[in-house]
Amino acid sequence: MTKNKISVLLCILAGLGGAAYSLFTAGKISLATLDIERIIIFTLGTALVTGAVIFLIVYLKGIGPNIAVFKKYKYLLANLISRDLKVKYRRSMLGFLWSILNPLLMALVINAVFSRIFKFQVEYFIVYYLTGSLIFNFMTEATTGSLTSVISAASLIKKVYIPKYIFPLEKCMFAFVNMLFSSVAVIVVILIVRMPVSWTALLFFFPMICALVFSLGLSLILSALNVFFRDIGHLYTVWTVAWMYLTPVIYPAEVIPERLLPIMHLNPMFHYVTYFRDVVMYATVPGLQTHIICLVYAFTFLGLGLVIFKKQQDRFILYI
Amino acid sequence: MDNIIELQNVSMRFNMSKERVDSIKEYIIRFVKHQLQFEEFFALRDINLGIKPGEVVGIVGLNGSGKSTMLKVISGILKPSTGTVAVRGSVSPLIELGAGFDFDLTARENVFLNGSVLGFSKQTMAEKMYDIIDFAELRDFMDVAIKNYSSGMVARLGFSIATITKPDILIVDEILSVGDFLFQQKCEQRIAEMMSGGTTVIIVSHSLEQIERLCSRVVWLSKGNIIMDGTTKEVCEAYRNKAGKDGE
Repeated sequence: MTKNKISVLLCILAGLGGAAYSLFTAGKISLATLDIERIIIFTLGTALVTGAVIFLIVYLKGIGPNIAVFKKYKYLLANLISRDLKVKYRRSMLGFLWSILNPLLMALVINAVFSRIFKFQVEYFIVYYLTGSLIFNFMTEATTGSLTSVISAASLIKKVYIPKYIFPLEKCMFAFVNMLFSSVAVIVVILIVRMPVSWTALLFFFPMICALVFSLGLSLILSALNVFFRDIGHLYTVWTVAWMYLTPVIYPAEVIPERLLPIMHLNPMFHYVTYFRDVVMYATVPGLQTHIICLVYAFTFLGLGLVIFKKQQDRFILYI
Repeated sequence: MDNIIELQNVSMRFNMSKERVDSIKEYIIRFVKHQLQFEEFFALRDINLGIKPGEVVGIVGLNGSGKSTMLKVISGILKPSTGTVAVRGSVSPLIELGAGFDFDLTARENVFLNGSVLGFSKQTMAEKMYDIIDFAELRDFMDVAIKNYSSGMVARLGFSIATITKPDILIVDEILSVGDFLFQQKCEQRIAEMMSGGTTVIIVSHSLEQIERLCSRVVWLSKGNIIMDGTTKEVCEAYRNKAGKDGE
């Protein structure tokens, strides 16, 4: 078996370990209920992740030159992001304000429908929705943007040498910048509804960064595969809708039936959204387990994405 | 002296499927029916080539002989199917000018955009901005969107950006036909300056006269193979005789 295959296998195992771990830790856990089974799974999961990371580094050896190349093209990345921003707001009178207004207006609509008509019993429902959609929409925007990023950069890829991961990376960073703009909307609404905010809200960056790493991994996979099979683009649009309903963005997490909870825990977005709300709305800092689960998902996907992308990137030019 | 460019057993193979299979359904159907064979096409076949620093190498050959593919392999745009390519130093590919130009942006903005595509830093571009615009003779049009430019103006801007820094290796593909004859003279002059400064140059051209004027060594390609590799005089003569007689 080649080194290549081993590292892919290890990443998958790490992911499975993380998933199994999150299954077992579903529900509330305190130190008292920490039994031997969970400790074993915890140790195993950690070992797997470490192994995967080491193999990844070995696999991507020559990481030094890679960084040098990245530095050279850092400015291109910045340029592409600013171009995307310019294009997005060209010929609109309010320009950047739309990044804030859009989620605000959206929240008003959702609030009217779900809080008045369906009568969801959630305190500060509008904040609840906004926080969830902030993280989730970032992921959707980043991944759907990246999906076609390699294909639409065909003219560049055919003409000059550019490290190809720049394109999905750029779309993720662009979505991240947009998310930062949109978080102003969250702050505005929190001030309007006078929701009390605790110091824990300062941890808001952790789920954001995790979601960024996760989205980047997923984007690398999607953008590479979409070059060869354009079906993925069509399928993915449907999947994001399904995914949104699999994540408690609109509905309160409490309505999920107990027996479905383990399945929900397999969804990385569930953890990121919940984490974000915990620190911003409920003044609680999630436990160590949640942190590990968040990181495992993010870096498993990043690892998988890097390996798949690296393996396929030389064939892109023949298919675009 | 070590070779600055080293191609060892380089082959470039393309799959020529009659229709491209790019949906999973089609792929599976064909896979089941065992129809996934492709016709193979070799654009380059087992090429061995070493180029020393400071050499000016011309590549001649008829259409479809693999000249452009070879340049793309050297500049890293294409990765060879088999064999290894070693390039020591910075490459400035003048293969297609103005890669990444955004036609809605002005010349000034495009200088930064195109410069970043070529891997130059912001400072370099800011410093050289005046030189670039000056060389392209576009002083009066700096802040005009380039969609309003003539094609000659765009090409001039592209050439000007790509040659603003002195690279170790310059790759020129049939672009000395940029603009009017005055600008062409300027281009040749600039390439000559680089050559005297020690830059290794690879030129592809259909104009034998141009090759004879600039190059010290010529490689003759035909159907992906190197037919002849030697001094300009020998190869150009042989090429002229052979190609002129029976079209290879």
